[in-house]
Amino acid sequence: MSRLRLATAWLGGCSGCHMSFLDLGEQLIEISDAIELVYGPLVDAKEFPEGMDVTLIEGAVANFENLELLQQIRKRSKLLISFGDCAITGNVTSLRNFFSVDDLLTAVYHAGPGSAPRSDEADQVLPELLPRVLPLHQVVEVDAYIPGCPPDPERILAVLSSLLKGEAVTLSEVQRSFG
Amino acid sequence: MPAITLTINNDLISARQGQTLLEVAREHGIEIPTLCHLDGLEAMGGCRLCLVELQGAPRPVPSCVTKAAEGMVVTTHSDKLVEYRKMLVELLLAERTHTCSICVQNNNCELQTLAAKLGIDHVRFDYLHQQLPMDASRERFALDHNRCVLCLRCVRVCDAVEGAHTWDVRGRGSTSRIVADLDRPWGTSTSCTDCGKCVQLCPTGALFKKGATVGEMKKERSFLNRILERRRLAAQGGTP
Amino acid sequence: MNRVELAELAETVTAQQQSCRLRLLVCCGTPCVAAGAEAVVAALREKLAALGNPADLELVGTGCQGPCSRGPLLTVLRPGQPEQVWQKTTPELAVSILEAELQQAPVPDENLLPADWPFFTRQTRLVLANSGRIDPENLEQYIACGGYESLAQVLHDMTPDQACDSVVQSGLRGRGGGGYPTGLKWQLVRKGSGSRKFIVANGDEGDPGAYMDRSLMESDPHRILEGIAIAGYAIGAEQGYIYVRGEYPVAAQRLRKAIKDAERAGLLGSRVLDSSFSFRIDIRIGAGAFVCGEETALLASIMGRRGQPRIRPPYPAEAGLWGCPTLINNVETFGNIPSIFSIGPQAFNAIGNGKSRGTKVFALCGEVVNNGLIEVPMGIPLREIVFEIGGGLANGAAFKAAQTGGPSGGCIPAEKLDTPVDYENLQALGSIMGSGGLIVMGEQSCMVDVARFFMEFCLDESCGKCVPCRTGTVEIYRLLSRICNGSASQRDLQTLEQLCQMVKDTSLCGLGAAAPNPVLSTLRWFRAEYEAHVSQRRCPAGVCTMDQLPLHLLGEQLLQRIAALRCDGEGY
Repeated sequence: MSRLRLATAWLGGCSGCHMSFLDLGEQLIEISDAIELVYGPLVDAKEFPEGMDVTLIEGAVANFENLELLQQIRKRSKLLISFGDCAITGNVTSLRNFFSVDDLLTAVYHAGPGSAPRSDEADQVLPELLPRVLPLHQVVEVDAYIPGCPPDPERILAVLSSLLKGEAVTLSEVQRSFG
Repeated sequence: MPAITLTINNDLISARQGQTLLEVAREHGIEIPTLCHLDGLEAMGGCRLCLVELQGAPRPVPSCVTKAAEGMVVTTHSDKLVEYRKMLVELLLAERTHTCSICVQNNNCELQTLAAKLGIDHVRFDYLHQQLPMDASRERFALDHNRCVLCLRCVRVCDAVEGAHTWDVRGRGSTSRIVADLDRPWGTSTSCTDCGKCVQLCPTGALFKKGATVGEMKKERSFLNRILERRRLAAQGGTP
Repeated sequence: MNRVELAELAETVTAQQQSCRLRLLVCCGTPCVAAGAEAVVAALREKLAALGNPADLELVGTGCQGPCSRGPLLTVLRPGQPEQVWQKTTPELAVSILEAELQQAPVPDENLLPADWPFFTRQTRLVLANSGRIDPENLEQYIACGGYESLAQVLHDMTPDQACDSVVQSGLRGRGGGGYPTGLKWQLVRKGSGSRKFIVANGDEGDPGAYMDRSLMESDPHRILEGIAIAGYAIGAEQGYIYVRGEYPVAAQRLRKAIKDAERAGLLGSRVLDSSFSFRIDIRIGAGAFVCGEETALLASIMGRRGQPRIRPPYPAEAGLWGCPTLINNVETFGNIPSIFSIGPQAFNAIGNGKSRGTKVFALCGEVVNNGLIEVPMGIPLREIVFEIGGGLANGAAFKAAQTGGPSGGCIPAEKLDTPVDYENLQALGSIMGSGGLIVMGEQSCMVDVARFFMEFCLDESCGKCVPCRTGTVEIYRLLSRICNGSASQRDLQTLEQLCQMVKDTSLCGLGAAAPNPVLSTLRWFRAEYEAHVSQRRCPAGVCTMDQLPLHLLGEQLLQRIAALRCDGEGY
């Protein structure tokens, strides 16, 4: 039986969801027979591969690079899962939506003590911020959601297990709360 | 009290005259979600979560204020109602910036629980991200407007139970906001007695005790019915 | 004043009016004043003064005469001759008309409106019978038109029950838009328990484009007072309130003067018309909240509370002001009452269509040739209003839709132009009769944009008490904005429909429940226009600018931009 081709991706988030994924611990070894992890911060692959069965995406869509990657992932994945609160609600990443991008960058980098001078170079190298941070489902079709900040390993396992059984992803009431 | 019979979800159920549909349903183990409603406070009918379908009524009716009547035929969980409830809670989640993960009331929050219970795993509407202030001018308590759902429990308990009427509402529509003493910083309110009833009844982390950090704010609500019961007894001339 | 004195006064004033060789009625309604009516009045007054103010020449500054876009209007009455109406008069034209009349010379006629002008001939004026015919601040002129005769008749010849029955027989229904049978409401309040009862006249008109109530209050305030007093007798109340929106200072001032004059004349206050009935009316001014037109919010506002609706039941008929049974009717409804008694309930009932009896006042506006205030029999085809009374669309544009009922109503498409205008038929089309705003739109109007306009109004005016109205309207507005700026997806269109249905079904009061109507009705009749915005990013009417991209297209564009950058070795 061919293994489930799984990718993970890290957009605008803190990587806490990936840490929680690692917290699966020994269970990771148990599921490794059935799952092949082919892309993501936990493996060394540069280009998002074609033909993914499932991709878990952590983080919100915060900049144009996120947007590009997300659309590529959508095209190359059968199932796309919003992984954690930032991907689902924008969560902490979206708190910057209170401000305009320009005000925000000025306040953080170009005003006050130790401020950096404005530079064209930085503007060209760093990906441009989107005017507003968006949850994934406002950009692409999302097939399932794993809420939590971060989602407990149990939630992740529950989702992976149902995927392996070929069932629709459903979390129980206690497993689907935000926060 | 005279008994009446009505049908709820195809079951014949008996109730006492004067009971609301919500009371009857709960007595019979039918769970209807509520948010602005709280036993002991005057019903407001604002959150619309407790809407039920009543045969013959053109639109769903709020069960928290609708009195049970003989022969009523009530449906509490039609597909439409379940979907409407989801949408209503999604609207609340989108309206202000709740961000459960950094909330004092994370895991003890009625809105959070309600969302999970109703099966909400994402919000289909735009998050409004209204930038609202926080009022931490009171010594022991603070108010974060970003987490307020405008259930007005604070307004009602302060007026009807504490008798201070510190809280009220200013503005209208989605710009409505809870205000203390005709819109002064809470810390300068002269009517507030610091009793903390509003804080305890607040369903979310909008009203909280200072010093509580993420997930530490737990609320205790049993005092309300205790107070009201003792008052009722006292009014009857009995010993509380 | 007693009944006999009232009749005598009416006779005296009428005789004096009939003895006039010439009566010049200058419309001093707000639109005519804006067009320069005051200068016309001043010029005529000066001319009359120069002539020595002869007793047989009378100059009257009246309330609204109707065709507002044609102002300033001048109506000339001569005994035994057909009346003449001049449009767009200037001081010079008015004076030359007066001079020509006096010399019995031919009168300049280029601004004379034809005697058979459908705008006038197709109307049936009951409520507006005196509007534009009398000086609104002159009690005697109202009395000369039969004013307070209905009140006298009710007080002296009828029991309160009989008065209620007459209103039931007339078939009158609430003119504020709800269409609840007025007589039934009166009977309910009459039967209501409690020692005190109140009457409230709702003059908190707020629909964009609607000014029927303002015009009625400004043009014929005594008619409203008389209607309220009759209701007071019929239901057993001694106190009435007129709730006037704060933006209508002239209406409030005229009503105040009318109340004072009527009290001095013994037509209000203690022992009205020498009967045992006493009745006071006071004015309450709104503070600019549309929601205060909703009856429970209005009552809260009168009692000095936050203007916010509450759940019904109990209805105001059981527990209204300070918990007492309270009758609330729209000012236009009260304006119908004197007519019911003067022409008789059967004659009133003979006008109309189906379950809608009597007439309805509309503020006809938008892209129509003849803008203005009209009163038509219920059941008149919409086509007749738009193309005969209204004279068709301005600049020969094609008719696209008529919007009725303001932010609570909907749009009626061209294929439904032959629909009789009454409560039931408009509702069947997904619109409502509403308070009487009627906006005609041509091909240049984008229906999505129209829906968005009304939604912006509603989100602004929502009181904030219930979730669907408070937040649902904001989200509907955002979805509509996305459709208008070209960034909406098919899913947004689906969400829009779901959300509209939910807000309609779950809102606490009528404001929220009706707020989605402009969207739902345009979705129903103009769905292709929504689709064009979403699938083709095209606004068929050419109104929306479509300057945003949907996110999936934004991404495509970005990918191309990035690819180009990489080829050039720039950036990334």
